[in-house]
Amino acid sequence: MKLNDEEKEILAGRQGAVPQHALRHQISVGEFFGAADFVPVTQAHIMADTESLGEAGVSYLERLAAADEGQRRVRIPTITDPRGTDFSKASMLGQTGAMLDLERRAIAAFVKLGVTMTDTCINYQTIQAPIRHEHVAFGDTGVVIYSNSVCGALSNFEGGPSALAAGLTGRTPRYGFHLDEQRRATVHVRVHFEPASLNEWGGLGAAIGKIAGNYWAVPVIQGIERPPRSDQLKHFGAAMASFGSTALFHLVGITPEAARLADVAAPHLPSHRITRDDVMDLQKSYRSDGAVDVVVFSAPQLSLYELRDLAELCDGRKFKVPLLAVTSPQVKPDCDRAGYTARIEAAGAHVLSGMCFYQSYAREIAEANGWKTLATNSAKLVNILGGYGYRPMLASMEACVEAAVTSRLSSP
Amino acid sequence: MTGSVFRARHAMGRIVRGPALVASDGFSARYDLDRVNGVFSRPAHKLAGQSYVGKVLVLDTAKGGVATAWMLHEMTSRGVVPLALVLNSVNPILAQGAALAGLPMLAGFDEDITLAVPKDAEVEIDPSAGTLRIIGVGSP
Repeated sequence: MKLNDEEKEILAGRQGAVPQHALRHQISVGEFFGAADFVPVTQAHIMADTESLGEAGVSYLERLAAADEGQRRVRIPTITDPRGTDFSKASMLGQTGAMLDLERRAIAAFVKLGVTMTDTCINYQTIQAPIRHEHVAFGDTGVVIYSNSVCGALSNFEGGPSALAAGLTGRTPRYGFHLDEQRRATVHVRVHFEPASLNEWGGLGAAIGKIAGNYWAVPVIQGIERPPRSDQLKHFGAAMASFGSTALFHLVGITPEAARLADVAAPHLPSHRITRDDVMDLQKSYRSDGAVDVVVFSAPQLSLYELRDLAELCDGRKFKVPLLAVTSPQVKPDCDRAGYTARIEAAGAHVLSGMCFYQSYAREIAEANGWKTLATNSAKLVNILGGYGYRPMLASMEACVEAAVTSRLSSP
Repeated sequence: MTGSVFRARHAMGRIVRGPALVASDGFSARYDLDRVNGVFSRPAHKLAGQSYVGKVLVLDTAKGGVATAWMLHEMTSRGVVPLALVLNSVNPILAQGAALAGLPMLAGFDEDITLAVPKDAEVEIDPSAGTLRIIGVGSP
């Protein structure tokens, strides 16, 4: 990779051992992908829940944080994805003291590194959405696909180590979706229905992700006539990224790089069609016997509007099985002030903050609580939880709330 | 078949030799693995129930989210980790994770590498040359 004078100085260790280590890591990744040079980035977003970090990852962060003041701090705004717990709800979840101790150590190390603990995967709704042409180093795949596609920003999937490295050096290797040519569509999808509910948008994203199939594929989508809401595109993108490892899509006439099909697509791309039946078939493929042990709304964290909708559905209900609604630390105070938290929890549910269900020791909390079957309206969540031993089921928010009352999922 | 060499466009890490574990399926440490017991755990995965420890995983493409970037490092610290990763295509997360964990990895072949490598092959990975070599097939 071609390095400028500042990068040569960092690599030589003249700015300290921490940025030197970070740049070395970035060079090894950049060279793997044939990056020509680095590109400056304005924001970084780090996925680093302690289930992923483990003792080894936390020790790694602590070693970086032990460097001298002045040589260890991030040099651009650098924020965090959800943590592995909501400390105020940890005992209800069945999380252990060891899990919480690891969380506290990770947080202390991040703070020493100058990282701002936002603990959110919806920073594009709550902290600061990137703008078109802005190069960023974002972590959570749902954050990346939304930022790339809806905002027109430029980011690769930056895993925790690389997002932290970008924060520490203020740059990232220029490859992948930092390059205009990589952002052209590779596959065309025509949608033959208008999704409405969030699980339908997630299901559609999942179906397109399965078609796209790998990180380097870029779907361009036609057939969506009405401009979707941010929450709909949030579930759409998060599911597409989860099922396909997809990082960028274009909605013709809606997303900023695709005012017209020809803006992003060459003629005669491979083309696919998706109907409502395709999405319903995907949803039905997750159905089992209908019994539900726990209902979860998470992945991505809920917006204030989703919590408002949930509060209305909870009014007058009494839940037989646990219902967990997970949001960000930025949304939670508004949820409290608006009275939504009280209405949701009056039905027997819990509103959690700063975590995400699958990033919070999902296997261990299932064992601690006897949870096996789980109902959710998140297509992303059902894709992930099979590997954690759950039998997840995908349905609308209304059907999931009803399942919390009856302990059975009976409608779509 | 023994002696066949396949060349990758992307490579990192040290030379290793070991048994291949091959499937035409994806890879995500979070979605697919029981990382405590070292087995593929997602029921729909073609390697469900099989141990990945000490194996050269030969798979199609990277799947899922960003957690693999930390998880390979954590798995390496406990020794419950594949010996190397070989894929038709990878995403940045696998490259970032392999770089942090010091895990050898090859990606990008002219042929479908999951069809080219026999399921019971012994292989050598040489990232400096960007090659996968079949050094044995079947039980000795």
